[in-house]
Amino acid sequence: MEWETVIGLEIHAQLATKSKIFSGASTAYGAPPNTQACAVDLGFPGVLPVLNKQAVRMAVIFGMAIEAEIAPYSVFARKNYFYPDLPKGYQISQFELPIVGNGHLDIQVDDISKCIGVTRAHLEEDAGKSLHEGFHGLTGIDLNRAGTPLLEIVSEPDMRSAKEAVAYMKKLHELVRYLKICDGNMQEGSFRCDANVSVRPKGQQEFGTRAEIKNINSFKFVEKAINFEVERQIDILENGGQIVQETRLYDADKDETRSMRSKEEANDYRYFPDPDLLPVIVEESLKQEIKAELPELPEAKKQRFKDQYQQDEETASQLTATMEMADYYELVVKNANCEAKLCTSWVTGTLLGALNKTGLEISDSPIEAERLAGLLQRIADNTISGKIAKQVFEEMWQGKANADEIIEAKGLKQITDTGAIEAIIDKIIADNPAQVEQYLSGKDKVFGFFVGQVMKATQGKANPGEVNKMLKDKLK
Amino acid sequence: MHNKTIAELARGLRDREYSSVELTQHFLNRIKQANSLNAFVTITEEQAMIEAKAADEQIVKSQAGPLTGIPIGQKDIFCTKDVKTSCGSKMLDNFISPYNATVVEKFDQAGAVMLGKLNMDEFAMGSSNETSFYGPVKNPWDISKVPGGSSGGSATAVAARLVAGATGTDTGGSIRQPAAFCGITGLKPTYGRVSRYGMIAFASSLDQAGPMTQTVEDAAIMLQAMAGFDPKDSTSVDQPVPDYLEVLEKDIKGLKIGLIKEFFAEGLDDECAKKVEAALDEYRKLGAEIKEISLPNLKLSIPVYYVIAPAECSANLSRYDGVRFGYRCEDPKDLNDMYIRSRGEAFGAEVKRRILIGTYALSAGYYDAYYIKAQKVRRLISEDFKKAFSDVDVIMGPVTPSTAFGIGEKTSDPIEMYFSDMYTIAVNLAGLPAISIPAGFSDNKPVGLQIIGNYFAESQLLNVAHQYQKVTDWHQQLPEQFA
Amino acid sequence: MALTAENVNSIAYLARLGIDEKDIDAYAKDLSGILDLVEQMSSVDTEGVLPMAHPTDQPQRLREDEVTEHDQRDYFQKLAPQVDAGLYLVPKVIE
Repeated sequence: MEWETVIGLEIHAQLATKSKIFSGASTAYGAPPNTQACAVDLGFPGVLPVLNKQAVRMAVIFGMAIEAEIAPYSVFARKNYFYPDLPKGYQISQFELPIVGNGHLDIQVDDISKCIGVTRAHLEEDAGKSLHEGFHGLTGIDLNRAGTPLLEIVSEPDMRSAKEAVAYMKKLHELVRYLKICDGNMQEGSFRCDANVSVRPKGQQEFGTRAEIKNINSFKFVEKAINFEVERQIDILENGGQIVQETRLYDADKDETRSMRSKEEANDYRYFPDPDLLPVIVEESLKQEIKAELPELPEAKKQRFKDQYQQDEETASQLTATMEMADYYELVVKNANCEAKLCTSWVTGTLLGALNKTGLEISDSPIEAERLAGLLQRIADNTISGKIAKQVFEEMWQGKANADEIIEAKGLKQITDTGAIEAIIDKIIADNPAQVEQYLSGKDKVFGFFVGQVMKATQGKANPGEVNKMLKDKLK
Repeated sequence: MHNKTIAELARGLRDREYSSVELTQHFLNRIKQANSLNAFVTITEEQAMIEAKAADEQIVKSQAGPLTGIPIGQKDIFCTKDVKTSCGSKMLDNFISPYNATVVEKFDQAGAVMLGKLNMDEFAMGSSNETSFYGPVKNPWDISKVPGGSSGGSATAVAARLVAGATGTDTGGSIRQPAAFCGITGLKPTYGRVSRYGMIAFASSLDQAGPMTQTVEDAAIMLQAMAGFDPKDSTSVDQPVPDYLEVLEKDIKGLKIGLIKEFFAEGLDDECAKKVEAALDEYRKLGAEIKEISLPNLKLSIPVYYVIAPAECSANLSRYDGVRFGYRCEDPKDLNDMYIRSRGEAFGAEVKRRILIGTYALSAGYYDAYYIKAQKVRRLISEDFKKAFSDVDVIMGPVTPSTAFGIGEKTSDPIEMYFSDMYTIAVNLAGLPAISIPAGFSDNKPVGLQIIGNYFAESQLLNVAHQYQKVTDWHQQLPEQFA
Repeated sequence: MALTAENVNSIAYLARLGIDEKDIDAYAKDLSGILDLVEQMSSVDTEGVLPMAHPTDQPQRLREDEVTEHDQRDYFQKLAPQVDAGLYLVPKVIE
């Protein structure tokens, strides 16, 4: 029996607003418990929600980036259930009329492109946190997170493998960070994934019963959890069993999914429009304004890099992986007044190599784009050789000096004066008759010896190109 | 002093006939003497004297406003910072509010002196003030009768002259009905006119705060302080607040008054009907034109209300779970036990009934048939009113089907109780402003006249009501023992 | 519309509302009565009528994204039944 896997993902992205979606408390991560939970967040009697403008903007920005319909009229609804981290006993979310409608995201798996549909994206408030350990059999509730704006992004069940699911999740992760609407920090819970997984016999139209795996917080775990779940389901079905529609948790230690034992049956959330909030109207003018301010999206940027900077797929991907990386590169290109190729090789080679070795991100690079550009400029205009440039790079990494200052201070200027080089070459040829003999008799390798000697004599500062040319001439 | 209106007291204070401290002490004494009426849950004696002193300083500096130094009562549904706010419930018996409702802030800024928090039906659910955790409030005209509800404490306090004015809230008639039962003036403004921030929510799309006073002029003074846009309330309307006193004296010749045919159908007590007819005659004498209008969907107000209000309240009351404030049961076994027993032990029967109906109406399978259907019929009722207002300027009719009934008389049948609101409920569904003013007595018990205005037409409403009070003196009457 | 004791029990559980065993029947009766009252709504045709959630026609007002509230934990937690180390304490959730 051939089985087909069907996966849909629900991603909760915490929007990077300063204050909460319905109150003026801070959303900053890591504060001591309950110090960022104001009266509205705590659900005190009589408090009322007021909607954060920026949360709406960010939702619209996202919608436009995935080419989705933006609902001109959307409604907040109450999702009713009891849990101690949900202060009001209901979550303010969106149900029948979400702010963002159908859109799509293109992914690449093994060089094959696929379009994944996004059913909808809606705004809602996050709940607080429960701490089950350390309180003598009680649970501690921290409501700092309660009220943080979330964008819940629901995909169509278009993915057919764990790999596709991971590719989609990564693409979405990159996109929200590109758009600066979410910091994507999965450790801190800013980007959370629930996976709906089912299997069906290949060729069957109807979907099989699905299980929902909740709250997976890394790309690696998403892949593993889905793979385990698919195996589990196929196993059950092949043995004549039935899949139970339920919520499961992924246990990373054991690499398995487990059913969340719940006393109640499926929750009846009793959704109804929240009477404390009025319908959200997104004016055409706001959409136009946002469209105009929309940053160049990753896909378009990558294509442009390939075209504009003559880069191949891999290089362009690497340099447009994040907005920061792409901006850095382009700032170098803008300031360096040289061929893009040189910038490319230095950024992807030397710079990234150094950053990786020291575990730094591009935004923490000790060498700013403008400074690096200054260095590349001096290579391009022949002031120093590539080899010497590497030395200068080291110096720049350690301190704040720019390339010119270091070249000056260390007297690293390349010797291009043909007269001077000639003189040195003449001396070396004169001093090494044996090697000359060897070279002229056909031992080409000896050429390197002469190059080495010239370089030694000039402390590496002789222009290699000139040296080669002249040596060739003189050693005829 | 206690039989003076707010307007008169303000003049007296300004002319230094007495001080706010004296006035406040006077009312506090009366409150203590009238303890058996059970109008108050909390009396804030110390704080009141501090506020009175501060008010006197303002008065001396000639910096007093129309409410500076005036002693008022706040319905215990308004959150008052550092003062117990119970909402008439055991659930909040231990709740000392950490913040002020916007309405409370506004009165503070206006220099009014708060004497205390007034008793009410539990979570504003009731029409007789008999569901309060703190016991029933007595009607000062006849202490064997109810004052009405849910703002029963407020109505009683004003009628017995224990306060110069009081705040109330109205979701289905909770200002107007007690005002009628107690022979005072009670105004429910247009939905969105007064901020709901800090006003403990019952049914969010119906609740509205308003003044309860001896006279229409006083209601205008209080409304002036209460009304206005509040950025903390998303449902608050950003419309400028007019000068409500400005047009009080306007002549009402040619005013077109609509009389709802459906209001004079069965259910209305004969004597009440007679008093309303007599009031209409006064209006004819003042030059108004009366025409009959029909609001065909009005009869569905009660069923619609008893789906929408409970549905909204069932969610609004979910926050009372014993986790962060309020009542928590002893020794909960586990989380569910804590929820179930805390809520079970702290909510009264009427509140439970409404939470259950509301939960049911919203539950899977019933949402369309009940909740959505009710919202649709609500729109039909609103459209009926809109159509009527294209034809008339104001609408008049009775407030209640009868005068105040006996304490304990209707408590065994909740549905019978619901019908006390049959004339008031539709107004909340449509969100219109309405006022109840005293229009006479039946069997020594007050009868009220209801006047309904168009959206944000409080000025006209107050003007029309005030003109009646200039040619009658029902509003000046009070129970003998409280004179 | 008649509600049984069982109906009342499940609705009460959804609302986490404790009802005394001895009162269940009375609640069932009262609630059934209210539902009968509510039934009257079906007498009118509402085909094509838009549900009315609010009396106001205005759209939701948007608030500037600014932090305007600050730490009042100790003051707020004076109201709590049980706190420890700044956290609200509740009986454990049974998973």
